[in-house]
Amino acid sequence: MNTWEYAPAPESRDIANLKPSYRMFLDGQFVEGGGEPLKSVNPATEEVLAEVSTAAPSDVDKAVKAARRAQDKVWGRMPGAERAKYIYRIARMIAERARELAVLESLDNGKPIRESRDVDVPTASAHFFYHAGWADKLAYAGLGPDPKPLGVAGQVIPWNFPLLMAAWKIAPALACGNTVVLKPAETTPLTALVLAEIIQQADLPPGVVNILPGAGGVGAELVNHAEVDKVAFTGSTEVGKLIQRSVAGTGKKLTLELGGKAANIVFDDAPLDQAVEGIVNGIFFNQGHVCCAGSRLLVQESVAGELLDKLRVRVATLRVGDPLDKNTDVGAINSREQLTRITDLVSAGEQEGAEKWVSPCPLPDKGFFVAPTVFSGVSQAMRIAREEIFGPVLSVLTFRTPDEAIAKANNTPYGLSAGIWTDKGSRILWMADRLRAGVVWANTFNRFDPTAPFGGYQESGFGREGGRAGLEAYLDV
Amino acid sequence: MSSPPTASTGLPPHLSDATRDETSLRRFLHGLPGVDQVGVEQRAAGLATRSIKKASKLWAIDTAISMVDLTTLEGADTDGKVRSLCAKARRPDPERPEVPPVAAVCVYPDLVPTAVEALRGTDINIASVSTAFPSGRSSLPVKIADTELAVAAGATEVDMVIDRGAFLSGRYGQVFDEIATIRRASGEAHLKVILETGELVTYDNVRRASWLAMLAGADFIKTSTGKVSPAATLPVTHVMLQAVRDWHTATGTVLGVKPAGGIRVTKDAIRYLVAVHEVAGPQWLTPDKFRFGASSLLNDLLMQRRAQLDGHYSGPDYVTVD
Repeated sequence: MNTWEYAPAPESRDIANLKPSYRMFLDGQFVEGGGEPLKSVNPATEEVLAEVSTAAPSDVDKAVKAARRAQDKVWGRMPGAERAKYIYRIARMIAERARELAVLESLDNGKPIRESRDVDVPTASAHFFYHAGWADKLAYAGLGPDPKPLGVAGQVIPWNFPLLMAAWKIAPALACGNTVVLKPAETTPLTALVLAEIIQQADLPPGVVNILPGAGGVGAELVNHAEVDKVAFTGSTEVGKLIQRSVAGTGKKLTLELGGKAANIVFDDAPLDQAVEGIVNGIFFNQGHVCCAGSRLLVQESVAGELLDKLRVRVATLRVGDPLDKNTDVGAINSREQLTRITDLVSAGEQEGAEKWVSPCPLPDKGFFVAPTVFSGVSQAMRIAREEIFGPVLSVLTFRTPDEAIAKANNTPYGLSAGIWTDKGSRILWMADRLRAGVVWANTFNRFDPTAPFGGYQESGFGREGGRAGLEAYLDV
Repeated sequence: MSSPPTASTGLPPHLSDATRDETSLRRFLHGLPGVDQVGVEQRAAGLATRSIKKASKLWAIDTAISMVDLTTLEGADTDGKVRSLCAKARRPDPERPEVPPVAAVCVYPDLVPTAVEALRGTDINIASVSTAFPSGRSSLPVKIADTELAVAAGATEVDMVIDRGAFLSGRYGQVFDEIATIRRASGEAHLKVILETGELVTYDNVRRASWLAMLAGADFIKTSTGKVSPAATLPVTHVMLQAVRDWHTATGTVLGVKPAGGIRVTKDAIRYLVAVHEVAGPQWLTPDKFRFGASSLLNDLLMQRRAQLDGHYSGPDYVTVD
């Protein structure tokens, strides 16, 4: 037996150009906020990366007013072709600073550099490119002959894809002629503030984009501000419900992209080796911090044994550790709070009688890490089958017939995504018709593209992001 | 179909049943799980981004050198050419005696005696192509004679080609019988079965041909002759590595894989080794279970090896061209 240990291949953290302190971006300027500064922590080492100023309620008011001015006087009146030039410029500058952004993202969030480099940053750039193209073609989007911007968009984004979510929110808003006040997540504000730097260098008129870091209170202040016309939120279902309640009756347009408990359904005629890859990608991508993660594996009983054997062998090869190492497959859990939530749910799974298997991979001594975990023998009644874990923990259930697969897949208050694995095209279509999920992947999982609309059903939220359908969320049609 | 060859006796029942007759064989091969093209190519591309540095790179280079089947398969081959290739095989880098020898030298059957002579006293294997290489378009008696000639002359490994025409027209039994017959004709020699994946085209075909060859008694499954484009590719090798892995799960026996053709630089060789390591498993990381069919790859490995140790590149004039 030969052993081949890969030598550490860390990306240099100097590339991130990490600064000791970051300020919020308001009306075209970087300014100190009136709130208590927060400290952003590297979840892989628990060291403090930087101090970040946060917004006070008065800052939120200033930002919304600046956005209003910019919308009334400049951005809303600008021809689409002119807006497109700015958005293209942002897209190019993200691509030019891709490496810096990728390293900074991995430092701040804990995700492996392989993913920030190959997925987050290129896809963020692609979202700006895609929406730049729409800016002068909105009349041809099939949403009416003369769609108008909504006004000021208040946007609140989560910590799992900090830069990418900022791009998903800002790019369509700008393309449609809206101005933006965006609050990045408390634990991951850094790349959004570098994006602010890019926006400043792209010479976007002051006030068109404002970025205000802070905790939940800043978000609440923002979505409740009277002069915000549109609220877009990505995050937990719990907070989503609060927001929906608070904007009810105000006339604000709302889109919510919330939690999920997606079913990844494997039939006995599936390409098994690729299904294993899709399952791994579905639940261990970004440490499972993905709202559309394929966290429930539904496998046809006749291949369950074979598939699980292959899955365990494959999962055992996942390399968990330093997010900056180019060979790391699974990085750090974003915060201690999230780590606690994951370990709580894992022990609930054990107590409820599911069979736990944990990858024998070594874990770093410090930082927040969880070894990839697979629960088999899970039933619908267990917490690990119903609650969103948001971590590298897979629950495996079985089914006998397509009808049973549909019944189990749909038996959740959520409905964000689903996966179907089969060699039979007709079955893919049959299933996709019946699955209550906003995104259905066939023989693949967790593929994101700016041209493809993304969004959910039921407690996973409403409204779409990306594609032609995503424009509607930012237009008065 | 003829009776199952010796190599497939002792198989678990569901596998020995598969070779009972033509119908069973077809049912078995068509019952294998499909391969999703997008998925396997995505996985191969993803794994190719592994970053292998420092000591792990040096280990990979030395391991890759020891896995090379140093090959010359030209109409213009002569005794002189084969002798110089053998000298290279024994001592790839004359200034660095610690460099391991290659696994084998691979030649046409008529040049096997020359290679035997030149490699006497070493552990280097002598591989001979056979069965009307590279097209495989001849009658079975000619293919048997071709193989017997090579083995009688001292070849320790036989690289046969399958009848792709028969495979593509669904005559799996004929392909099986031919492999089994050559298996017997090869005697003690190791049998590598060339699938010529560039002519099989689909990954489903590659998986079926891999199982067909394994059932018929192959020691190794090999991608290509090197005479057809595309030759070896990473995704095809992934499919074949999965096949030998599944074979191991089913039978406990470890069979080998040999990508051949088109692997010219160290970076590519390391990507293949990463695939071996993570798709098949660490126990395949040995010349007994994985080979590179290549000629120009060796010199690039030697140059990269020097660069790793010396800290700078020295250029192609510092390695021997044979």
